[in-house]
Amino acid sequence: MATGKEQANARHAMPAQDPQVRACNFDEVALGYDHEMAVEEALRCIQCRRPLCVTGCPVQVRIPEFIKALREGDMWQAVEFLKDNNSLPAICGRVCPQESQCEALCILGRRGEPVAIGRLERYVADWEREQGVRVPEVAPSNGIRVAVIGSGPAGLTAAGDLAKKGYQVDILEALHEPGGVLVYGIPEFRLPKAVVAAEVDYLRKLGVSILFNRVVGKLYSLTELREQYQAVFLGTGAGLPIMMSIPGENLNGVYSANELLTRVNLMKAFDFPNWDTPVRVGERVAVVGAGNVAMDSARSALRLGAKEVHIVYRRSREEVPARAEEVEHAEEEGVVFDFLTNPIAVLGNEQGGVTGIRCIRMTLGEPDDSGRRRPVPAEGSEFEMGVDTVVMALGTRPNPLVFIEADGLERARGGTVVADLETGRTTLERVWAGGDIVTGAATVISAMGAGRVAASDIDAFFQAGSPGPWKATKEDVPA
Amino acid sequence: MYCILSKKTLTPVTTEYVIEAPEIARKARAGQFVIVRVHERGERIPLTIADRDADAGTITVVAQEIGATSRRMKELEPGDSLASLTGPLGRPTEIERYGTVVLVGGGLGIAAIHPICQALRDAGNHVIAIIGARSGDLLFWEDRMRQVTDDLIVVTDDGSYGRKALVTVPLKELIEERQIDRVWGIGPAIMMKFVSLTTQPYGVSTIVSLNSIMVDGTGMCGACRVSVGGRTYFACVDGPEFDAHQVDWDLLFSRQRFYADEERRALDLYEENCKAIPEQEDAR
Ligand SMILES: Cc1cc2nc3c(=O)[nH]c(=O)nc-3n(C[C@H](O)[C@H](O)[C@H](O)COP(=O)(O)OP(=O)(O)OC[C@H]3O[C@@H](n4cnc5c(N)ncnc54)[C@H](O)[C@@H]3O)c2cc1C
Ligand SMILES: Cc1cc2nc3c(=O)[nH]c(=O)nc-3n(C[C@H](O)[C@H](O)[C@H](O)COP(=O)(O)OP(=O)(O)OC[C@H]3O[C@@H](n4cnc5c(N)ncnc54)[C@H](O)[C@@H]3O)c2cc1C
Ligand code: SF4
Ligand code: SF4
Ligand code: FES
Repeated sequence: MATGKEQANARHAMPAQDPQVRACNFDEVALGYDHEMAVEEALRCIQCRRPLCVTGCPVQVRIPEFIKALREGDMWQAVEFLKDNNSLPAICGRVCPQESQCEALCILGRRGEPVAIGRLERYVADWEREQGVRVPEVAPSNGIRVAVIGSGPAGLTAAGDLAKKGYQVDILEALHEPGGVLVYGIPEFRLPKAVVAAEVDYLRKLGVSILFNRVVGKLYSLTELREQYQAVFLGTGAGLPIMMSIPGENLNGVYSANELLTRVNLMKAFDFPNWDTPVRVGERVAVVGAGNVAMDSARSALRLGAKEVHIVYRRSREEVPARAEEVEHAEEEGVVFDFLTNPIAVLGNEQGGVTGIRCIRMTLGEPDDSGRRRPVPAEGSEFEMGVDTVVMALGTRPNPLVFIEADGLERARGGTVVADLETGRTTLERVWAGGDIVTGAATVISAMGAGRVAASDIDAFFQAGSPGPWKATKEDVPA
Repeated sequence: MYCILSKKTLTPVTTEYVIEAPEIARKARAGQFVIVRVHERGERIPLTIADRDADAGTITVVAQEIGATSRRMKELEPGDSLASLTGPLGRPTEIERYGTVVLVGGGLGIAAIHPICQALRDAGNHVIAIIGARSGDLLFWEDRMRQVTDDLIVVTDDGSYGRKALVTVPLKELIEERQIDRVWGIGPAIMMKFVSLTTQPYGVSTIVSLNSIMVDGTGMCGACRVSVGGRTYFACVDGPEFDAHQVDWDLLFSRQRFYADEERRALDLYEENCKAIPEQEDAR
């Protein structure tokens, strides 16, 4: 325990399930602080007058304030400070890439470890959930109907904020469960679905109605929705998997990460045949890519019984985009990392099953547009790796279905929607957008922040008396 | 919601369901499908929209009892609800005035070609349909098919009803006899492949509806990948209809079989517990 002076620079360790045990179950890995640990960790914060941590948070959570309330034992006050800028703290506390955001800038990080802000956030939010969801005051209905398309973090946040202000909100969701990536992508062992369910419960209590199995673009078009609702918020994310287009990619045993994770998380295939949806993962698995999605796929594969799981990544360890904690957890559980390696073909047998991948070694060349050094294939370094399952976790793009009959909605290259980041306004009148559909695959907190920005602009738009002509950008909006 | 209004046994292995789904009924077009979850722990399975009635707010699907999910669906009674119903999905059939068209429906495919025949006829085509099954007791909807076609040819493999022939035999005769402007073939994958092989030498454009394994049906998972003309497509959003002559059939066959072991396990388990149906928890 970090009580001795010599350890004052170290943060309080997060209790976690033993790696050997947890690699065989789908229960949450990180167990959470208890009250004593949380207070101890909170006491490490020196309450900076100009807190840098806050500038590192995409939504400027009131970090020193909530930490102060926590250590003074005023939990409701802590909740209030926390939720001032973050409507999904139990989720963000678990999945934010803190090491590159709030904690990256914490002053304590200069001479030791930064305050474990994310873990404290999780602690406070979990405490609140245990008290039972409290419904805040909801403004009387203003009769304005808003359609929120998609129930990921962007949509949930926009819906909650608007409902509190008295708007009548319908969420239209393509799948049969709410939460977007939070339910179909991020696994139970990292984000228990009960945490997401509590957020959804809260929205329902605010009077939001969630209409499932509604695929916008198919069942209704955006054009039709604009006639039925005064405002539309597009939060459909970036759910279209990118494949590699290499030979053998359609063999049996090659999954997109989305398919594997959807079968496991949304459809509960890990509990087949108690749940009807099957999933098949062999003994040796290669996961291509090294983001959060790849870590989740690799760790799910282990839990489904794979004996050996490799992360195959064309860059080096330094460039790995996943959260540090996920990489650590994956390594502890026995996932093998093959850096500077790129698959060039999937190999198969007569029956159409996967037998391996052919890879080539890479070296790092000059930095590319993203500032990262570009991987270059090393000639003559090809080799084969025997695997029976391959998971492609190379990223995603916005799903274009929602754009069917959406005349006037401008899109950028890569299929994202053009929207003003400060207001969420798109080029189509009374249509706002936010989250991955605007930024491309990003983070939960940025999607949540975008939902919040749009909700506040939607309110500003209708508060301005009779809504004036549509101005797409902030500069155009009268103060 | 998604209430089953009526259920009718069509053959020993197929059942017709009329389901309350006003929004889908309004929007659906020929060639589209829905994704059904029969109960709260159920898998998502695609079923073609075989008919719709926008005024009554209903759609009709015909399902073949081949595995655990379709058998469990058969246990639902009028008044029961599906756990979920999503649609209409997939691209509608391209309906134009082609001239003379032939639609081949094998087994369950009869239900799938029904709305397409209707739409093509409404568009002014001369519509000929060939429907077939292994034996007479597996045929259904002969009357309904007569109402939406100009000519209907009925065949069975064993000759127990209609003409004794495979569906490809009258198809070949028709193509040799007269100008055929377009052909659709819908049914088991192997039948579609043979329809394709039959029309290919004559260069008659032929469309098939690829029944690959699906999960979401919205382009999100890629489970439904098919290869057509050397390119990969997602059948649920790019199809399900494709140019038959370009389809990589072996890939479709092998991908359809991927979960054969698990499906057998689910079916065995289902048969063991036949009576123990999970409660309809929280059916929305
Ligand atoms: C496996 C995985 C792990 C991740 N891990 C992390 C992490 O650790 N930390 C982190 O910060 N971020 C992580 N991310 C990224 C993060 O989850 C996303 O950036 C975030 O969820 C985006 O939120 P969103 O609301 O924009 O969209 P989404 O969460 O994608 O939700 C969009 C919703 O819209 C619905 N929808 C789509 N099209 C339609 C339509 N036409 N009609 C109706 N509904 C539609 C979808 O079904 C979905 O429910 C991860 C992503 C994945 C896939
Ligand atoms: C676009 C499309 C339209 C279809 N229309 C109809 C229809 O109108 N009537 C009908 O009876 N069937 C239809 N099917 C096939 C139907 O989805 C399968 O018969 C059903 O999923 C079988 O489920 P099961 O559990 O009863 O059988 P299982 O034992 O699980 O499977 C039997 C076979 O069905 C196929 N199958 C299994 N799961 C899926 C799945 N999730 N998605 C697709 N195929 C699967 C596999 O090839 C499998 O070998 C359609 C399929 C597609 C893709
Ligand atoms: S929301 Fe994320 S970035 Fe902001 S303080 Fe919380 S954990 Fe840090
Ligand atoms: S920067 Fe670190 S020490 Fe300073 S207020 Fe923020 S969390 Fe506390
Ligand atoms: S079924 Fe998931 S992409 Fe087609």
